[in-house]
Parts: sequence; structure tokens; C-alpha cells
Amino acid sequence: MAMLSFERKYRIRGGTLVGGDLFDFWVGAFYVGFFGITAAFFALLGTALLVYGAAIGPTWNLWQISIAPPDLSYGLGLAPLHEGGIWQLVTICAVGAFVSWMLREVEICRKLGMGFHVPVAFGSAILAYVTLQVIRPLLLGAWGHAFPYGIYSHLDWVSNVAYQYLHFHYNPAHMVAVTFFFTTVLALALHGSLVLSALNPAKGEVVKGAEHENTFFRDNIGYSIGTLGIHRFGLLIAINAGVWSAICIVISGPFWTRSWTDWWAWWLNLPIWN
Amino acid sequence: MNHFGRIVLAGIASLGLLVGCGERPPIETQQLGYRGTGMEENTNPRLLAELVAKNQVPASQPPADTSGPLASEIYQNVQVLKDLSVGEFTRVMLSMTEWVAPAEQKNCTYCHNGENYADEGKYQYKVARRMLSMTREINSSWKTHVGKTGVTCHTCHRGQPVPEYVWFTDPGAGRENSFVGSRAGQNSAITGLGVTTIGHSSLPYDPYTPFLLGEQNIRVNGPTALPTGNRNSIKQAEWTYALMVHMSNSLGVNCTYCHNTRAWASWEESRPQRSTAWHGIRLARHLNNAYLVPLTDTFPDKRLGPLGDVAKINCSTCHQGVYKPYFGTSMAKDYPELQGAKPMPVAAPMEGAAAPAAGDAAAAPATAPAAAPASAKNLTATPVARVNVVGRPIG
Repeated sequence: MAMLSFERKYRIRGGTLVGGDLFDFWVGAFYVGFFGITAAFFALLGTALLVYGAAIGPTWNLWQISIAPPDLSYGLGLAPLHEGGIWQLVTICAVGAFVSWMLREVEICRKLGMGFHVPVAFGSAILAYVTLQVIRPLLLGAWGHAFPYGIYSHLDWVSNVAYQYLHFHYNPAHMVAVTFFFTTVLALALHGSLVLSALNPAKGEVVKGAEHENTFFRDNIGYSIGTLGIHRFGLLIAINAGVWSAICIVISGPFWTRSWTDWWAWWLNLPIWN
Repeated sequence: MNHFGRIVLAGIASLGLLVGCGERPPIETQQLGYRGTGMEENTNPRLLAELVAKNQVPASQPPADTSGPLASEIYQNVQVLKDLSVGEFTRVMLSMTEWVAPAEQKNCTYCHNGENYADEGKYQYKVARRMLSMTREINSSWKTHVGKTGVTCHTCHRGQPVPEYVWFTDPGAGRENSFVGSRAGQNSAITGLGVTTIGHSSLPYDPYTPFLLGEQNIRVNGPTALPTGNRNSIKQAEWTYALMVHMSNSLGVNCTYCHNTRAWASWEESRPQRSTAWHGIRLARHLNNAYLVPLTDTFPDKRLGPLGDVAKINCSTCHQGVYKPYFGTSMAKDYPELQGAKPMPVAAPMEGAAAPAAGDAAAAPATAPAAAPASAKNLTATPVARVNVVGRPIG
């Protein structure tokens, strides 16, 4: 295995959450660990189940393959394999793989004595998935409320679930989530372009550093958040995008059954003018 | 504030949002399509209980003797219910008093001249006559929409002389002379008539005039994913969306009750309820043009809208927030008198054979979907206020 000369000093034993030294080794560049094993296990099993589901399904068209959740009549119980059972197993595998991956990140952080910002950030994405596929179905009382695994079919599900509330763009948490998503993209574009502009000066100019970057934005908008601040801000808005996505879907159904447009009646009903 | 404190604060804020929604589990759900398609109806059982309490059928009058002499032989000026026996006729009159006359005047003289019951002096009398023809036409010729359930006066009136859910053409919709052009009734939670219609959305708030009085095209989306010559505009889609939101609110259902939203236009992927709704739009349009608009001059001014137009019906008028009026309980089955004209006994005097009731039945639209639009088109001779409010196709 190729390893850079300085890389060895970062390959530190310990820091594992479970299993002690058992899986505390690397394969090539990759740290394995107990959760690397479980992540690989769940990912391979889940993928195999999806392929099995496709094999017993009506099509091999990659766009149209769909592994659908059970009928609502099965409630929160187990469904027969061919009537949503595969979906249930795949969901267990998906949650298992995602959480394993996050815990593997935790172990790496512990080895290196770092903060847990990366696994926390990944956790917000997992939260959105688990909210869609586990928490909301639990609150509504049936696994059938979750989305199917298929490229087109999950988009069709999104469309119909949105129209269950007549106009999903009026969902206040959806508005917040969308705003965070777009702001994240904007911030990343501004940050990326700023760094590249400092590192790629005009011919004959020396490469610029943080003070030039800060000065650019002070000249431009009167304020620069700074080199550390931009990363704090980016993490904050990115995590919020995931968290508010989870909120916007968990309130749709369990905490609001009507048109999202009608939610805004509270504004008209404010005692100021009503 | 430490990290823990911030997390607790965020938790409290999220909880506040949930409480602010005002609903909570358990929620009752119903699957409307293949599993995993997301076609579902969500019902809050607490809100449903309120709706059920508000939509109960009243006790029916005891059945009448059908064997007696015809009302038209005994009473003067009977034009619509001439096929009924005196017993049946009296039963309908008693029921109408209960269903339609106002609480402070629950007697015959709300419509009739107490001195002469055949006198046509009161506007209520003339309106009631047309409404009886209308009810009979709905029950006999519009089974595509009302099925065997049928309607009675109470379906709309619910004990009031003016049904709770009627509409007038909105004076504010699309008529503003403003610098920035017409708002087309959009971006205003409250209409020019001071009510909310399209569920507080920014959609045009008077979709009734173009679609339930006029015949604007409703199905504007293209049949293919990529543009293949559909010249309809987003503006037109918003008018359609407004009508659909009205239908959803009127029936207390969401879009997936009729549509699979991945392909709105596809009848193959729609639920059968969509074809019932299709007939319902034609029914409302027909009743407005054939029965209500012609009564405009009959009504006194106080019953007319700000533009001098008559009160008209939409989906809410009968449905009142329920997918089937009274949750499908048939009230009309107890009222054979309202089911349409019975065949007259041959021996009976047939003065004025081309009676309004029979005439209406003959003019009623055919029940086949293909024929219904054609018959609706026949009605364009009646004055249609304005059909040009929907944006023209661009280009």
C-alpha cells in the first residue's frame, strides 16, 4: 500500500466506540473500524435487495424501477416481502448504513482528537431521511406514508404528497428550508470564487491571502465574515437546510392536514386588524 | 448561553411551530392509489367530527299518499309539480317551508300570498318554482354527478332562504385600472367582496365567473413533458389552479382525491372521482346559466351582487366542505316527488302539455361525457358576463 511519508503519524490506534482493536485497521487509504464493516454490510445488503426488488418487478428501465413501501393497511407491521417487505428491509439497511458511516466519522474524529463537526453535519442529512422514512410514518401510523425507492417514482411521490396539501410552497418550514438551501449554494459560490480569485492573480501578481479576501468583501459590501467565520456560517446554514427540510415534512400530515395556504389565516386573524 | 441551552431553545422553538399548526396525531389516512404513489387523504378526526355534526340530514316528512287526485286538478296555477297527488304536493310544500323559509317566518306566506296561494306576486314564489324544476332536472338528468343520492332543496339551503355558499362576480377581480396593470384578483387574501375564496393563496380569487358561468378552457396543461405546441400560458394555469383549490376546499379533499399529480391530464391515471367532478363543473355551469341568471330580474336588488348579478352556485353550495353532501347520506331517496316528473296518467287533464318541467327534462344535457360539453355550449345564448378574464395565450 502506498502511503505518504507523513501519513503514518496520523494512523493512530484507539478512539473506537465499540469492538476495541478488532477492526482498528486501514485498507489502503480507508479506515475500516467496526462501523466500516457494518456500513459495508448494510450498503451491500440494501443494494442487493434493491436489485432483487427490480428483478421481480415489471421493468429493468433504470428510471422506472421502483421499490414501493407497503399498503397503508399494513400499518406499522411487517409486510410480505413482495408487498413492501423489501422496502422495509432496504430502509433498515439504509438507516444502518448511514448511521454506521456517521459513527465511523466519529471514530476518525476521536483518533485525530478533532471536533465532531463533520459527523454532526452528516447527521442533519440523516435526520432529514429518517424523518421522511421513519419518524413521519410512525406519527401517521403506517410505513406506507414513506417514499418509494425509484428515480421517477420518488419524484412522483414528492409531487403527490405536496399536492395533498394543495400548495406546498406555502408550507412555512418548506420556505425556510428552501431559503437555507439556496443561501448555502450562494455562500459556497461566493466563498469558492473568492478563494480562487486570491489564488489565481493576474499574470505577474503574487498569490494573495486572507487580508486581500477580507478587503474584497469590505470594499464590496462593507463587511467580511472572515476566513473562519465563513466556514462556521456555511456549516450553520447547511445544517439548517437539512433540519428545516425534516421539519417541513414532519409537520405535513401529523400536525397539519389541510391546505398549506390556509395555514396563513393566522396572519389575517391577528388581533391587530381582526 | 452554552451549547445545551441553545439546543433546548431550538427545541422549544420547533415545538412552538408544531403547536402553532394546531393539529396533532393521531391522523386518519386513506390510501387512494397504488402503494408508494403518495396518493392519500389525510383527515384530522377532531375536525371531521365537527364537520359531521354540521352535515346531518333533517328528519324526513312521513311518506305521502300517492293515490289521491292530482294537485294540478285541485289547486290553481300548478306548473311544475302537476304530476303529484295532493298528498305528495302538500308534503313537498311542508318540506320546503322547513328547508328554505327563514327561521322568523317558517310558514307558507314566505313564498305565498296568504289571500291567494296561486298568486305569483312574491318573488320567492317565482324563484321557488324554478328551483323545483332545477331540483327535478338535477335528480333526473344529472345522475352522472349526483348518482342515486340526488339532491333536495335542503342540500343547498340547510334551513335558510339564501344558501350559505353562493357567489357573485367579484367587482375587484381583474378590473382595477392601476398603473401596473390588472392584478387579475391575485395576491390578495381578501376579495373585492370582502371574503376569502381560494384558501388565502395568491391565485386569482374569482375563478367562478370564467369557469362556472363562462366556458373558459380548464384543461390547459400540455400532453407531453417537453413543449410540443401547447400555447396556454402559466397565467391560464393559475386560473385553473384557483378553480381546483375551490373544488378541494368545497369537498374537503386534496388534489390526489381525483388526480395522480404526475400526470394531471391523464384520465387513465386519474381516479373515477375525477369524471364525477368533470360532470359537476358542467352541472354548476348549466344551473347558473339555465336557472339562476334568468332569475336576475325576478330577485329584488337586495338579493343581487354589487354588479347587479344574481347569486350563483359553485361546488361549495351543495358540498359544504364534504366530498359527498351529508357524507353520502341520500336525503332525496325519501322524496320521490323531487326525482323528476312522473308519467302523467293519460286520463288526467293535460292543460299546457309543454309544461316547464317536461320541457326542462327534454332540454337537459345527455349524460354521456362526450355529449355534455356540447349541451353546455347550447347555453351560451344566455348572457355570460365575461369570459375574457383569463390571460390570452402568449405569442
